[in-house]
Amino acid sequence: MTTASLTSSMSSTAETKYEIAHLRLVPKRHVGRMVAAAAVLVLLAALVRAFSVGQIEWSYVRDFLFAPAILDGLANTLLMTVAAMCLGIVLGVIVAIMRISGNPVLSSIAIGYVWIFRGAPALLQLMLWFNLALIFPTLGIPGLFEMRTVDVMTPFVAAVLGLGISQGAYTSEVVRSGLLSVDSGQYEAARTIGMTQMLMLRRIVLPQAMRVMVPPIGNEVIGMVKLTSLASVIQYSEILHNAQIIYFANTRVLELLLVASFWYLAVVSVLSIGQHYIERYFGRGSKSIRSSI
Amino acid sequence: MNQDILVKAIDVTKNYGHFRALDKVGLEVARGEVSCIIGPSGSGKSTLLRCINLLERMDGGAIWVNDELIGYRRDGNNLHEISDAEISRQRRRIGMVFQRFNLFPHKTALENIIEGPVQVLGEAVNEARERAMALLERVGLADKANHYPSELSGGQQQRVAIARAMGMRPDLILFDEPTSALDPELVSEVLDVMRNLAASGMTMIVVTHELGFARNVANTVTFMEAGKVVETGLASEVLSAPRSARTAEFIKAVHS
Repeated sequence: MTTASLTSSMSSTAETKYEIAHLRLVPKRHVGRMVAAAAVLVLLAALVRAFSVGQIEWSYVRDFLFAPAILDGLANTLLMTVAAMCLGIVLGVIVAIMRISGNPVLSSIAIGYVWIFRGAPALLQLMLWFNLALIFPTLGIPGLFEMRTVDVMTPFVAAVLGLGISQGAYTSEVVRSGLLSVDSGQYEAARTIGMTQMLMLRRIVLPQAMRVMVPPIGNEVIGMVKLTSLASVIQYSEILHNAQIIYFANTRVLELLLVASFWYLAVVSVLSIGQHYIERYFGRGSKSIRSSI
Repeated sequence: MNQDILVKAIDVTKNYGHFRALDKVGLEVARGEVSCIIGPSGSGKSTLLRCINLLERMDGGAIWVNDELIGYRRDGNNLHEISDAEISRQRRRIGMVFQRFNLFPHKTALENIIEGPVQVLGEAVNEARERAMALLERVGLADKANHYPSELSGGQQQRVAIARAMGMRPDLILFDEPTSALDPELVSEVLDVMRNLAASGMTMIVVTHELGFARNVANTVTFMEAGKVVETGLASEVLSAPRSARTAEFIKAVHS
């Protein structure tokens, strides 16, 4: 082959080779995806069928969904969630500030608190508080006032203390990460306009830390809704405890557990929606949040 | 410098571990004067500025602002560290503008300006808003009052930051490399605002690399290197006919 014929054959194939803009595009088939989807749907169908042929008396579920005892339990569950979470957040903020303060005693105590109360199961802590009377028969300041521990440590008080104090250990870490996320320039700017430490935390640092803290705290509130079910163990009449009392009487165990789980799911769903709006509020002034709305 | 002295620093020393950031630095700034501090990075310019409003605690020396000893109370032969509340009170009279603006991102331009007057000085909100609007007008940003910092350009943010400092009605404003973080085309709008502020009689200490600004606006210029003051004097003299070879070298390097 001569040099001349070689170049001419190359140029002719090159011309046709690059004229493909008019060709039809054939998407690739995701065979694996289809197989996986089919398999999962089959499993789901089997699960639904199992429940429909299982010996669930759906009429019990329907009848007890709005039973007064169940709604009472729901109210107590919500009350416990709010009370324990408030205590947890207050403790969390205080402990986080103690932790990052320059005071070595305060910061050691903060570390110790997190270590101990994150290190024991919440259920165990509930039982400790509830049985406090075994070691401290009376509570109070000698000479000023005194009362019997069993009168103070009602199931409600024991559950709030147990859940709230252990929650505080987790929340303090969330608050601390929020505080650390605020740029040091913000602290300096607040100081240069003459703010005191407390004013700076309240007006400048915490509002910005909230943007980072809200998603994990929302997560923990949702966790707390379900964690309150532990209080059933110490006879606090929250929703699971009341459902249990009913099924001890009528033996419709699974039906009443389904009733309770319906309400947990309902509460968690409402909270998730609420979290979205709180996040939007604390995200004001932040580009990433606004552009995603 | 025969007018009354607003800022006087004597033998200011600051160590970071074994590193001596400031080594017996002195500075005098008269009321109504613009004083520029220039020098290579790491020379201690910013550290000196931050000692004046106690963002850094000095290890030696003393600073007076408006005849008030900064950070200490003299009691006979003892210097007592003052309380945090006292420090906050002293800082109110000293504004500061940062290289990275440090506006409060969760507050609008207007809210940034009124935060100090309302929360710290206890001004009525309406009065503070009115004054803040006038300040925004002055820095040419009245139409951005309700914008968040993230919606403003760097130059605009820095102008808001200057207005925020002015909102506290300070005796002096410290500028820590106010144009170093800006895109080149945004530098002049900030320098214009600073020039107007200087013309209005505000006392300003400006750490800067903008020698043009120093030449045109500053009364005095101080050249620092390695934690020491190498040369200080009238702006025209230091920048045009430096006595020290090191100063001349630095000015030549910045200009080329």
